[in-house]
Amino acid sequence: MNVLEVENLRKSFGGVKAVDSISFHVREGETVSIIGPNGAGKTTVFNLITGFYKLDEGSVLFRNREITGLSPFRLPRLGMGRTFQNMRLFGELTVFENLLSGMLRKNGYNIFSTLFRTNHYFETESKAEEKARELIDFFHLSGKEDYPANSLPYGEQRRLELARALSIEPNLLLIDEPGAGMNPKEIQDLIETIRAVKERFSLTLLIIEHQMGLVMSLSDRVIVMDFGEKIMEGLPDEVRKDTRVIEAYLGEEFTG
Amino acid sequence: MNFFIESRKILLLALLVYGALKVLFVFGLLSQYIEQITLFSFIMIIASLGLNVIYGYTGQFSLGHAAFYGIGAYTSAYLTKVFEIEGVIPFLPALLLSGLLTGCAGYVIGIPILKLRDDFLAIATLGFGTLFRVLLDNSDKFAEALGGSRGFVGIPRITNLELTLSVTVFLILITRNLIFSRYGLFWRSIKADELASVSIGIDTAKMKLMAFSYGCFLAGIGGGLYAHLYTFLHPSNFDILKSIDFLIIVIIGGMGSITGTIYAGLIWVGFIEGLRIVLPAEMLDLRWVIIPLLLILLMMWKPYGLITKRSR
Ligand SMILES: Nc1ncnc2c1ncn2[C@@H]1O[C@H](COP(=O)(O)OP(=O)(O)O)[C@@H](O)[C@H]1O
Ligand SMILES: [Mg+2]
Repeated sequence: MNVLEVENLRKSFGGVKAVDSISFHVREGETVSIIGPNGAGKTTVFNLITGFYKLDEGSVLFRNREITGLSPFRLPRLGMGRTFQNMRLFGELTVFENLLSGMLRKNGYNIFSTLFRTNHYFETESKAEEKARELIDFFHLSGKEDYPANSLPYGEQRRLELARALSIEPNLLLIDEPGAGMNPKEIQDLIETIRAVKERFSLTLLIIEHQMGLVMSLSDRVIVMDFGEKIMEGLPDEVRKDTRVIEAYLGEEFTG
Repeated sequence: MNFFIESRKILLLALLVYGALKVLFVFGLLSQYIEQITLFSFIMIIASLGLNVIYGYTGQFSLGHAAFYGIGAYTSAYLTKVFEIEGVIPFLPALLLSGLLTGCAGYVIGIPILKLRDDFLAIATLGFGTLFRVLLDNSDKFAEALGGSRGFVGIPRITNLELTLSVTVFLILITRNLIFSRYGLFWRSIKADELASVSIGIDTAKMKLMAFSYGCFLAGIGGGLYAHLYTFLHPSNFDILKSIDFLIIVIIGGMGSITGTIYAGLIWVGFIEGLRIVLPAEMLDLRWVIIPLLLILLMMWKPYGLITKRSR
């Protein structure tokens, strides 16, 4: 089954064609990566899929459901999680609260239970707390539960953002440049983490990444973008050898 | 039932406060004037808690809070006039109705303006506050009883210690339950990062509206109690300076702290009224030199408030 079907996406900003008739699909359980030089339009594709930007043209099907034009808060409720290229944590909230928010969004209680603190309220809260704790353990953040998110070191903040995206129990996770600002050792850890996450939460993944090492070792398929267009799609090995890809990356570091 | 079990400490404390104040008032150990400002400080706490929900917790800056306080005050005064209410018990439904109506007004006004961000929202709420002042000044043109720029006179004195204290405690508990629930968490998530909140499925427009209307509801209840404490309403009691009063309490108390707002409300009213006693009558306007100077110092010294910063 196709978890995601993207048809002919277009988006311009002023005169700039940021995304120009992009089509692709992602099958259940796959890991697909989008690569391409800076400004190629990768993040814009994410923002179009997740409804953060309005499309000029095209359509998006998520688990066989037309999601074009839905308010962006609807998509997480349907099972689409995402992270942001320039990390957006709830900085002044604690690590624990960063995860609890998504948990209680998914499995909550109504206003009556809130005001009168019914048993249902306490049960739901403690279930959410238990799940948040599991995520904290899984992402090796134990002991940091009560720290404000913005007080964590960079690497832990990135892990927390991934954990928060999982707090809504998504089927499809969109990750925007998870390896940004990481050294080779950290990238290696990140690859292991993403593998483990995918296995544990039975996810389908769509990843934007610059670090070719990460892309090559995780992806089932790779989509290459340049100047808003998809210039090719293929297996990691095919992409690596393709002359158009090497050209697009000319002048950029091409690691891996 | 959980509601009462959970809150027994606060209820016990409230009972002690009640006992102490009652003794002081009954034996005439405190003047009528002190009694009046004690009740007034509770009223300020209620309305400021409302602004704290809107601004301190949800991050929606409002310079129009006094207008909602005014809607509650004028509505309740109008209701007691029309229905000739004089006792506390028949006043309760009128007070509740004034609060709910103010909440609805907040909802309707919130729909367009909560789409705005930061400074634009500040300007829009300021605009609303100004408009409301003009409306009050001319209110006698569409409803004689409201009194226009002469003020609303002849309101029965209904607000007493029992009523004020029990309403204050009840609303503090309700507010606490909201703040510590998922709704409070969503509000704080929105304040921290709106886009990230959307990415975990929070309907930010709806949650901001909920916070705003609830905050306005609290302002409306405060206004209703105020009207029946001072028995006279004037448009100038509900202008931008009043909105800034609420803002000061929220900021001194530390944004996003219920206990902070409670202490700050008491301290602020005590301070303002204290100055009235200390300063000779002809120098009373000096208050508006002293207060801004203190605020500037406070912002330089402790920009996150004097009292606390913790919340959940
Ligand atoms: N919100 C926006 N407003 C204006 N231009 C934008 C916006 N978002 C992206 N762009 C432009 O679209 C192009 C693609 O950007 P982006 O999708 O961020 O690229 P990538 O993620 O591949 O580096 C760039 O030229 C960028 O300046
Ligand atoms: Mg990008």
